[in-house]
Amino acid sequence: MHLILFIVFAGLCLAGAINLLLQTHPINSALSLVVVMTSLAVLYLLLGAEFLAIAQIIVYAGAIMVLFTFVVMLLNAGREERTLGSRAGKMIGFPAVVVFLGVIATVILKAQNLGSVALSDPITSTEDLSRVLFHELLLPFEVTSVLILIAILGAVALARAGSGERRVSK
Amino acid sequence: MIPISWYLLLSAALFCLGVVGFLIKRNLITVFMSIELMLNGVNLSFVAFAHEWHLVKGQIFVFFVMVVAAAEAAVGLAIIIAVFRARSTLAVDRIDLMKL
Amino acid sequence: MNESLHLWLIPLLPFAGFLINGILGRRLPKSLVTTVALLAPLGSFGVVLNAAMASGAALPHIEAFRHSWINAGALHIDYSFVLDQLSLVMLLVVTGVGFLIHIYSAGYMAHDEGYARYFSYLNLFLFFMTVLVLAGNALLMFVGWEGVGLASYLLIGFWFQKPSAANAGMKAFVVNRIGDFGFLIGMFLLLGTFGTLSFNVIAAELAVKPAWTGGLLTAIALCLLIGATGKSAQLPLYVWLPDAMEGPTPVSALIHAATMVTAGVYMIARTHFLFDRSPFALLIVATVGAVTAIFAATIALVQTDIKRVLAYSTVSQLGYMFLGCGVAAYSAGIFHLMTHAFFKALLFLGAGSVIHGLGGEQDLRKMGGLRHHMPITFWTMTVAVFTIAGFPPLAAFFSKDAILYAAFLQGTSGKIFWFIGLVTALLTSFYMFRLWYLTFLGERRAGGLEDHGAPVHARSDTKLVLESEHPVHESPWSMLGPLVILAVLSIGGGWIGIERFASYLAPSAGPLSVEAGSASLEWTLAGLAVVAALLGWFIAHRMYSARPETPERLAASMSGSYKLLLHKYWIDELYGAVIVKPILATSRFVLEWIVDVAILGGAAWLLGGIATLGGAILQRWQSGNLRSYAAWLTAGAAVVLLYVLWAYSPASLSAFFNHGAGH
Repeated sequence: MHLILFIVFAGLCLAGAINLLLQTHPINSALSLVVVMTSLAVLYLLLGAEFLAIAQIIVYAGAIMVLFTFVVMLLNAGREERTLGSRAGKMIGFPAVVVFLGVIATVILKAQNLGSVALSDPITSTEDLSRVLFHELLLPFEVTSVLILIAILGAVALARAGSGERRVSK
Repeated sequence: MIPISWYLLLSAALFCLGVVGFLIKRNLITVFMSIELMLNGVNLSFVAFAHEWHLVKGQIFVFFVMVVAAAEAAVGLAIIIAVFRARSTLAVDRIDLMKL
Repeated sequence: MNESLHLWLIPLLPFAGFLINGILGRRLPKSLVTTVALLAPLGSFGVVLNAAMASGAALPHIEAFRHSWINAGALHIDYSFVLDQLSLVMLLVVTGVGFLIHIYSAGYMAHDEGYARYFSYLNLFLFFMTVLVLAGNALLMFVGWEGVGLASYLLIGFWFQKPSAANAGMKAFVVNRIGDFGFLIGMFLLLGTFGTLSFNVIAAELAVKPAWTGGLLTAIALCLLIGATGKSAQLPLYVWLPDAMEGPTPVSALIHAATMVTAGVYMIARTHFLFDRSPFALLIVATVGAVTAIFAATIALVQTDIKRVLAYSTVSQLGYMFLGCGVAAYSAGIFHLMTHAFFKALLFLGAGSVIHGLGGEQDLRKMGGLRHHMPITFWTMTVAVFTIAGFPPLAAFFSKDAILYAAFLQGTSGKIFWFIGLVTALLTSFYMFRLWYLTFLGERRAGGLEDHGAPVHARSDTKLVLESEHPVHESPWSMLGPLVILAVLSIGGGWIGIERFASYLAPSAGPLSVEAGSASLEWTLAGLAVVAALLGWFIAHRMYSARPETPERLAASMSGSYKLLLHKYWIDELYGAVIVKPILATSRFVLEWIVDVAILGGAAWLLGGIATLGGAILQRWQSGNLRSYAAWLTAGAAVVLLYVLWAYSPASLSAFFNHGAGH
């Protein structure tokens, strides 16, 4: 059961990711990303992180991807054009990614004493999570709220219409 | 019984796919989406290790990553809007005013 | 020996004078400058006198300062001043004659614009000279040695607007430098052999090894001799002294007659314990001295500039002193040093008085008949001329005779030296009386009114204006006073007698060799010397007084040798062609082409090229293209990852597995 669930949703993840790369219109890529986010939420659940799974759906798929979609709509981004490209990008970037993947894969595969996941594993409850979050990590928690506030201010300032043009008030 | 290494491999694959997307995509918004993909791949590996070692802190880290990603997405998209207003294009290769 | 004699005051007072006059002199009134400048040597002289009377038989008196100078491993050098008989005699001469010349300078340089600068340099010279004399180790002496060279350079080129003066200063310094190189090598050898540079320690070490002669000690002695040759203007490094006459006349008197040029002789006497161990080196010293003496005397026969005659005379007399040291009669050399200081300073100051009176004329052919216009100068100069000729009972008779007698007793080579010395005495007498006749007697030939366009060669000592309309006048008493005092010293300076002098100096300069000689031999040789002097006077009288047309006739008939002597054997030209020109050409080539163009230019071009090239290459990297930036980022991350996780790579897998299986 566990295996089927894993294969299905892992496959969905990968398919969505690859689709993101293959699509030319940004809105299609955005929708593929939503698929990735949701399947990841299921994977989190399989790993016993119930709060994170829900948070993933609410925050990522529900808010961030919506934001992306809104921006695509706002900017009326069309299909991608063929542009100059970058030779360095292709010649250096791809081998680097391959090396990257290779090294990490080797490490993961060669590592010993890694356990396994089963459906019967205990789930980390929200209570456990919050206990740690609000006791030990209370300060970082509060700081993140400040961070979000700053992000809001920044976003508003940057995206304000007429940044650079001043309205001449009469 | 799924070995943890499968989850880790999946996370590595997602991350690398995000990097590839960052390299080959020509639309600025799509590039940004690849970044989000990278972040998600890393989140998966955190959760996997949190399960492996029975640490709640791993999941809390993911929580914070999500917060930061949200803030980053907001600000980043605002920047993209501002850039679009200035340059009227979203093609990554056309936004090269920082060259020497 | 217990109470301090305040020896440090002796150099310090002139140094203070140098600082005050050098820094503030321009703004102080001239009387204050003079007072400061004269107080310094007077103070030093006072301290020396006090030391002379207080110490008596308690010499040598050593004062070392608490802080040592150099402490490097096994090398310990400190500031130690040593007052023994030798340095006491030298100090009396230096500070005493120095003080007199300071007084003279106040009158001579009264109208010069650089008055304060002159006195500050003069005081600086006195400072370094006293340091040289008082030094208890070779390094401190070298400081004084170099310092007097510096002061000499500054004073020779005092009227630096004149290119000839500036060049003469440079020439003096450079030639001295060659000698200093020899001194340095000698010091290195001393240090290597004895491990110390302190004279007392070295002397003591040598004293316990009476059989140590020759070899290394000869080398050391010869190196020191090179240094002495440079400073004391002996062959072949004498060429700077005649040119040094470009400086003011009191400078010539003080530095290039009485004190600085005698530093070489002093140094040899100071290190006599080294020279005693090397008969070969002593032979070289004596040879150098004798040959220089006669060589310079021959040149002086035909010179027309009054100061040049005296300069070559100085070189010749220094040769006598070297001869004295070379026959191990160091006390005789020092004796002659002392008397020479008196009469040579007197000659130079008198010449300065003549020049001053004539408004700047220095050419002997344009002088004459001055005995009535400048009587005091005339009489004091007469005393000096008779002294240098060697007539008894004047000072030089005793000292020259002591040297020649000691030389005669020194075996066959000694007899040759004696003969050379005798001939030189004849020549000396001749050219000095020639100078006397041409300057003071006869009729006035100073007819400067006709030759306004006269070349400047004979008038190098002055303000650049021809003052021929100025009537001939006697000099002021500030200048005549020292002349009189020096004349008195020239008369009575030798009456102490060589035996008493030598026995006084014996503890510090070695005993005068008492070889097989007799009083009758001494009197015979002395008589011969007097005969030579009279002969010289007679010839001079015939040529310049009785039949004044003789010089031209003789010059015409022996024109070849006359030209040779007049042009100083063309030694300067020889040095110029063989040494100076090649060095200048080589250095110009190296500096201009190799260093400037090739090395520096090439380095600049290279650096610029690297920067430009590197910039051109790197510029392409900053393309502004986001994707290439991303690619490089990834590559960098991959490299870092690879580096960190290398342990897990397939290459080291076997080690990993073995290690893992070992658990």
